[in-house]
Amino acid sequence: MAEITFREALRQTLREALVSDERVVLMGEDIGAYGGSYGVTRGLLEEFGPDRVRDTPISESAVVGAGIGAAMGGLRPVVELMTINFSFLAFDQIINNASKLYYMSGGQINVPLVVRMASGGGSQLSSQHSHSLEGWYAHVPGLKVVVPATPYDARGLLKTALRDENPVIFIEHTALYAMKGEVPGEEYHVPFGQANVHRPGRDVTIVGYSGSVHQSLRAAAILAEEGLEAEVIDLRTLRPLDIDTVVESVKKTNRAVVVEDDWRTGGFAGEISSLIQERAFDYLDAPVARVCGADVPMPYNKRLETAALPSEEQIVAAVEGML
Amino acid sequence: MATRARKSAAGKRPDRAQFADLLRRMMLIRRFEEKAAEMYARRKIGGFLHLYIGQEAVAVGAISTLSPSDYIVSHYREHGHALARGLEPGPLMAELFGRATGVSRGRGGSMHLFDAKRGFMGGYAIVGGHMPLAVGLALASSHLKNGRIVLNIFGDGAVNQGEFHESLNLASVWKLPVVFLCENNLYGMGTDVRRVSAEPEIHKRACGYNIPAERVDGMDLLAVREAARRAVEWARGGKGPYFLEAVTYRFRGHSMADPEFYRDKAEVERWKAQDPILHFRRHLEGEGLISEKEVRSLEEGVEAAVNEAVRFANESPEPPPEALYEYVYKE
Repeated sequence: MAEITFREALRQTLREALVSDERVVLMGEDIGAYGGSYGVTRGLLEEFGPDRVRDTPISESAVVGAGIGAAMGGLRPVVELMTINFSFLAFDQIINNASKLYYMSGGQINVPLVVRMASGGGSQLSSQHSHSLEGWYAHVPGLKVVVPATPYDARGLLKTALRDENPVIFIEHTALYAMKGEVPGEEYHVPFGQANVHRPGRDVTIVGYSGSVHQSLRAAAILAEEGLEAEVIDLRTLRPLDIDTVVESVKKTNRAVVVEDDWRTGGFAGEISSLIQERAFDYLDAPVARVCGADVPMPYNKRLETAALPSEEQIVAAVEGML
Repeated sequence: MATRARKSAAGKRPDRAQFADLLRRMMLIRRFEEKAAEMYARRKIGGFLHLYIGQEAVAVGAISTLSPSDYIVSHYREHGHALARGLEPGPLMAELFGRATGVSRGRGGSMHLFDAKRGFMGGYAIVGGHMPLAVGLALASSHLKNGRIVLNIFGDGAVNQGEFHESLNLASVWKLPVVFLCENNLYGMGTDVRRVSAEPEIHKRACGYNIPAERVDGMDLLAVREAARRAVEWARGGKGPYFLEAVTYRFRGHSMADPEFYRDKAEVERWKAQDPILHFRRHLEGEGLISEKEVRSLEEGVEAAVNEAVRFANESPEPPPEALYEYVYKE
């Protein structure tokens, strides 16, 4: 076991993939000479050279599309998009091509592509740099959407993503890059579609993913002081979604709060809420609560930005509101 | 009777049999498309149908210069490309009929034909959206050193899409083996290319990306073939992408629903007079490279093949409803 950062866990995993599989090629803006805008790919260009670690022009659509084409042609590409906000330039490629190729070709051609994106706000980067829209990708059949919240899961889920035969959207919350956690030295991986119960409890189920898992854990600590034991579930992947773990928990606690950074209206928390009420209606003592990002473009001002994102206090208030 | 034309050392002079095959392929495309139009009118084919009639010399001329392991990435007016590549008419017609025996198992339809074994990698409906895929396939073959080049076919409508520009730039800066082939049939659906393009001479755009480019008469099979040869040789030699603009014309509307208000009938007739199949046939007859009897035999063969394709499609089963979720993910 070693304690390493989320960023380092990703870096090591990418490095091992480059070593062990000649077909792995990294592509993205500033992943090479600059060392990666979040430092995930630091040192990899020097070690593997410009054919394996490719700095690209600012052409998100063509770069993702080239990643798709390269995957169709037998490579295992990993494309980095600087943030999920920029990924919209590649929406056509991800949705009209990557997610649909296997289906519309009648199973002839699959796309083993990983697209990594930084997500999340809180650094005063304002409206075009700060949103979390993994829910939009989770909406699309044919994609897999992965949202690790710990260094252990970052490595384990990335390993699974690199072996998947389908396009995987791999979301890295910017607030987590420096987070440290235990990562085993021996071989392991984390399968998709398996949520993790970070903290058992009997009074309320708090469901989060990516950045919101840690807020949920902090909220659980506050609630514990009030004598309330919250069960905190980390979804780990949005597609496939492990709703069974959530439902089992709600059957025990009878209350659920879903927490995510994304905009409230039409967000993925709505999907989770709907699934909970479909599967555990008779067990609910209160409607499922959602604590989400405010329905506003992310403001620059620090206090406004904080108000636009979910907080521990909001989670605690939501729980208290359902007692 | 002329003697059999000999192949030159550079392999530039196809022989009699090769010429006949080129003619046959164009005739097959023409007959297939005419039959598809008939089947569409009879509601055997649904959705959109974009016919290739009039453009046959581009598909056959260009694709005949590829090797069997090369890739083709095409757009939605692709039946001619598929047939030129050697996809069988039966499974093609079955795909148009939505049958399980179709090339895309009935999941794709007219705009999404795939045959991975023959390197035919689609079939795409987003104008210009397939171009980055071609760049990526070229990246793979360059990385794997497997010698496979990519022929990327698109229309005049694609050249103002952002992905066109991004793709040309990326292929050029990474020196990837892509032949970018623009089929300029002068209209993007109902819009004359000159009304919406700051530079309507499409091949000129390539110089902005340092890509060598040519414009060729798309109604002349041999001219297309010669230009494509140069392009393929360039790409295969590791020199990067090449750009071809083939000026051609579709004799029918954009799709079956198009009333063609935007173009004048006299113009259509002028282009029909340059029918590429007639043009090539007359050339061969003039050079003594084909006889009337041989032409008739080709016509009969093509007629039989197309009728057989319809029979095959008609008798094929549809995919069962329980297969709806098949192929969403690969295990």
